[in-house]
Amino acid sequence: MAKVLIIAEHSKGQIKKATLSSVTAANKIGGGFSLVVLGKDVKGVADAYAKFGAEKVFVIDGDVFKNYIAENYAEAVAQLIKAQNFEFVFGSATAFTKDLIPRIAAKFDAGMASEVLAVEVSGSDVVFARPMWAGNAIAHIKITSPVKFATIRATEFDHAKESGAVSPVENFAANVDPAKAKVEYLEFAETKSERPELTEARVVISGGRGAKGPEGFKMIEELADLLNAAIGASRAAVDSGWVPNDLQVGQTGKIVAPELYIACGISGAIQHIAGMKGSKVIVAINKDEEAPIFQVADYGLVADMFKAIPELVSAIKASR
Amino acid sequence: MKILVTAKRVTDPDMKIKVKPDGTGIVTDGMNYKINPFCEIAVEEALRIREKGNQAEIVVVGIGPKEAATELRTALAMGADRAILVLIDKYYDSTVVAKILKKIVEEEKPDLILTGKQAVDDDSNQASQMLAALLGYPQACFASKIELTDGGKKAKVTREVDGGLETIQVELPAIVSADLRLNEPRYPTVPNILKAKKKPLKEVPVDSLGIDVTPKTEFVKMTEPPTRKAGIKVPDVATLVDKLKNESKVL
Repeated sequence: MAKVLIIAEHSKGQIKKATLSSVTAANKIGGGFSLVVLGKDVKGVADAYAKFGAEKVFVIDGDVFKNYIAENYAEAVAQLIKAQNFEFVFGSATAFTKDLIPRIAAKFDAGMASEVLAVEVSGSDVVFARPMWAGNAIAHIKITSPVKFATIRATEFDHAKESGAVSPVENFAANVDPAKAKVEYLEFAETKSERPELTEARVVISGGRGAKGPEGFKMIEELADLLNAAIGASRAAVDSGWVPNDLQVGQTGKIVAPELYIACGISGAIQHIAGMKGSKVIVAINKDEEAPIFQVADYGLVADMFKAIPELVSAIKASR
Repeated sequence: MKILVTAKRVTDPDMKIKVKPDGTGIVTDGMNYKINPFCEIAVEEALRIREKGNQAEIVVVGIGPKEAATELRTALAMGADRAILVLIDKYYDSTVVAKILKKIVEEEKPDLILTGKQAVDDDSNQASQMLAALLGYPQACFASKIELTDGGKKAKVTREVDGGLETIQVELPAIVSADLRLNEPRYPTVPNILKAKKKPLKEVPVDSLGIDVTPKTEFVKMTEPPTRKAGIKVPDVATLVDKLKNESKVL
């Protein structure tokens, strides 16, 4: 039987690429992995997930799983873990699994590694590398409980490729009483955006305090349109209400690692840098030449973003 | 009602952390300590719930060395009524923290438990969810808005999740973990800092709780993260575009 269970995430009937990073992490452990998809009418998603080499794709389907409620999901996954004797349980470090996995771990009195950056395997020993202090120290830890839980940071593992085979998709009948949950799901206010997802975009353009308001972000949008980029923000910009909260890049927000990251009017607090320092190329545009962001930028431009961004838009257009 | 709120002592989030050369931990000489910013938000929220006209006793709990009393006094100066400090002498992982808190909850029987969603030192983001599981309570993590409903028997909580904001209603008692946007914590005033010195702070040795404090994780070593070197400053936009096109080839 497979050693690792991965909690597969999905949205609007589509798989999430972040889950494929967890597949890569599971393959480092070896011994095979299975996936579990929870929701209502999620057979299609399970079929899509069947292409990545899982021993099995389990489906936990039903009205009670239509909306995510931690209590119900945790109980169902715990039953599956017991039934199949998984040794490791992974999920990519998104808001969903960060909420869910510790709740399951506690049911097993089990240890957990959060935001795993690397899985180091030697013999039967598995060591997880994980960031502490906003990524300024990397702790290497072993989990000593029989079942071991982890959330996997998607930017640190490649997406698994299709294996060429199709895994069997199997229904798992979890016994969950919805009345027990004491939780009522009320609503989801979606942030609507035509842009690529922040954590999956090839280019990310972020604005900070220097954007001075929604107008600054209008300007950033123009550049983002040109580069098919996602928009990010520093905490200062989110706290000021200029952009929605889920655009925050940093220690407690999204972790991104695009090919190109352009920081506009962002000073570069430790907490922000924690969320973007894995980017391949970093550009910083800031008026203040002493801004710490320049210490991590490949290319720094000391300039007012209100002047530099329109110039950048014209220059990129002209260069095409 | 009674609100239990956590206040963890953490290293000052704005200070630069250095890993010890022998990899046994971080350099703590000269380090300042503060209340975990997310816990501070949780304390503030407890106060605001009370200020909305709800009768509430606010009990703040910390787990740490004797020095962690400082952070609890900060919470008392903000307005909490009394404090409990569970004394520990070594690092415990989230599984043990959750067990300690469970014990405190069983003794105190709060209606609402407010926590910070993560501590900015170990960045685990686990203890609240684990505590909820151990108690069998509902959880509402990463909260950006909390409203008591049904005459204080329930709480309507907006959660910061990927792609937007989710609102759920949980029956109390429940655990709610605070995210950044929940509120802007107040600064304690000087008179309140003085008053806080007289508020009760009970020290509880962890051994007296009668729980298994064996962590489920084992520390192997600490390493420095890969460092990123500063690149170059470019004089103008034209040079920048040229570099991005021809040197790093990302445009």
